[in-house]
Formats: sequence, structure tokens, C-alpha cells
Amino acid sequence: MTSTIEAPRSPYTRSTKKSGVNWEKWGWIYMRVSGVVLVVLIFGHLFVNLMIGEGVSALNFAFVAGKLTNPFWMVWDVIMLWLALIHGGNGMRTLVNDYATSRISRGILKVAILVSVVSLIVLGTLVVFTFDPCPAGAPADLVASFCKSL
Amino acid sequence: MSSATIDQKPAVPEEIKSFTVTLIIRRFNPEVDDEPHWQDFDVQLYPTDRVLDALHKIKWEQDGSLTFRRSCAHGICGSDAMRINGRNRLACKTLMKDLDITKPIYVEAIKGLPLEKDLIVDMEPFFDSFRAVQPFLMNSVTPVKGKERIQTVAQRARFDDTTKCILCAACTSSCPVFWTDGQYFGPAAIVNAHRFIFDSRDENAAVRLDILNDKEGVWRCRTTFNCTDACPRGIQVTQAISEVKQAIMRGKA
Repeated sequence: MTSTIEAPRSPYTRSTKKSGVNWEKWGWIYMRVSGVVLVVLIFGHLFVNLMIGEGVSALNFAFVAGKLTNPFWMVWDVIMLWLALIHGGNGMRTLVNDYATSRISRGILKVAILVSVVSLIVLGTLVVFTFDPCPAGAPADLVASFCKSL
Repeated sequence: MSSATIDQKPAVPEEIKSFTVTLIIRRFNPEVDDEPHWQDFDVQLYPTDRVLDALHKIKWEQDGSLTFRRSCAHGICGSDAMRINGRNRLACKTLMKDLDITKPIYVEAIKGLPLEKDLIVDMEPFFDSFRAVQPFLMNSVTPVKGKERIQTVAQRARFDDTTKCILCAACTSSCPVFWTDGQYFGPAAIVNAHRFIFDSRDENAAVRLDILNDKEGVWRCRTTFNCTDACPRGIQVTQAISEVKQAIMRGKA
């Protein structure tokens, strides 16, 4: 915009650092996008686990082990794990920003949230990809049916 | 007025009865009190009376020290926003017949702004946010033939809703994010930014979008709709905030 007067009413400087990524904006967009994806993932997960076939009574070690050997469900579960934990962690972060009054308590709470989110993501991902569905010496009635053929 | 029906001689349908209403008002005198306290008053009122009339009756007949703001008393100046039965309302637009008068009516100052006396708060932080969004027309082009800036009906309708704001602070002081963080611009400032961002005659929408694309800007909105519920002018405040979010994401109005 061309102006005859040199910026007579410069913007009120609430925060001048206008460089880099706008985390608040991308955080907000992430919440919206991941929310939509999570609705599909979580309800699909619940439907498959609790309603299809024998329903909730089918749930046991063998059922879960069987699912975790299928690459489709491994990817499904990992995406769900990452999206849900970051979604929840970001939600907790906004709550802390809203309600923790002092700088110190805000810092401590946010670090605690970060640590728990990161460790849960790492542990969960590790479980999905390194899971052994047929532990050695386990009774045959507790493990998945395909373990016999191994 | 309500007494006109009573004076009529022929065919009086029914007498409009007055009733006693108890108002419990949160009082605070900074010269005497350390903490605000609740005080109750009994007032004789008609169903067509407003909360403002009750406050007047108390001030004029019972306790002259009761302090509150009001100017036009007709819902336009935005002076008498207060928390009536836990909801932000204009005292001059809240009729007795719309309240449950079998119970006491609780009246207190709006929340989130520094309490000065009784029902009066310091509005300066609120107006600071309002000023920060540059709520005035910015245009470098001289209007055609030096007359007016032409706008179609549709262009005017785009921001019609947000022109209705009277800056009473009912929305901002009903916002839970504003209660905990006074740095947040608040709904009223965003509504007034919206009014110019979507005005086809204004050229500096990008500047206002930059101001609101801030840590304390529109992203703090949690869409709780408290502001829409509180607005005495019926502005769809939450929708306006969402439209500003959309404009920031797309990078233009």
C-alpha cells in the first residue's frame, strides 16, 4: 500500500517477532485435521475389535497378537498412536497455557506433558514393530492359531 | 407506561400486578472493603420493568451509594453490561418477566476486568485490545469524484453482523480464555477487526490478520460460544472469529 504519510498509525506492538513458523496456527490446524482422521481411526478400531464377528468376547492375547502381525493393522495402530498422543498432548498444552498462572509451573507442566507424550509414542511404536506374537514356551491355547505352523 | 392500564375506567381487562423482587447485588467499595460482598434489596416492580429500573429504584429510594454505569438505558450505548443470574446481559434489556422472580436475582459486575466499585469495572484493558486491531477504515485511494466509496449490497452484507457491536464487553468478559489470560484479544476486538477485514473499501485486512495471527490472537478461541450467548445485539461472535481464522489460513479476506 502506498501512503503519503509515513506510517502514521503503526501497529500496536504486542509481539514483534514475526519470523519463523507460527506454531499456534499450525497447532490449531493440526488439531482440526487429526481430529477428523482420529474419528475414522478410533471408531474403525472399536468396530473391528468389539463388534465384528464374536464381538467383545473375541478379545484375548491371540486376537491382539494376530492383529499386530498384519501390516495393515500395524500401520493403522501406529498412525492412531501418533495422532492421538500428539493431539492429546497439544490439548493439554493449551489447557496449561490457559490455566497455569506462573511461568515456572507452566514450564514444568509442559515439560512433563512433552516427556510423557514422547515416551508413550516411543514405547508404543516399539511394541507395534518389535512385537513377538508367538513367545517361546507359551501354552498353545493362549497364542494365535498360526503359531503352531512356525 | 405500565400505570396507564390501571387508570383506564372502562373495560379494564386485568390489573397488572406489581410484585416484590429480591435482588442480591455484589457490592464493593474500595475505600472501605477489602473484599466484595453480597447485599440484598427488596424492590416493588412490574413485569415490564427491567433490571436497570430495579437498580434505579434501589439507588434512588434505598441506598444512594449503589454505583453502576448507564447512559442511554435503551440497549445502544453499551454502558450497563453486567452479570445477571450468572449470565452477561445488559441491565436495560433484561425484563423482570423473563427472569424467575420466585428466586432472588443475582447482579454483579462483569468478570475478567479489574473491579473498581460495585458494578463498575475498569474497561481500559478491553479498549486496549480494541485499539490494537486498528478499528478504523484504512484506504489510500481518493474516492471517485471525491464523493463516496461505492459498495454493492452483497459487499455490505458480508460484514453487516459485526457492525452491530456496541462495545459493552459482555462477550469478552464471558470468555473463559479471557478470564484466565487478559493478554487474549477477546471476542469484541476480533468482532471489530472482522468488521474491517471483510469491508471491501478497506485495504489493510492483511495488517489486521497479522495482528490476530498471534499467540494471543484468534487461535486461543476454544469455540465455547459463551460470547455468542452473551451478545445483547445477537451478533454471531463465534462465527465471526471462525471466519477470521479461515481468512488467516487462506491468507486473505
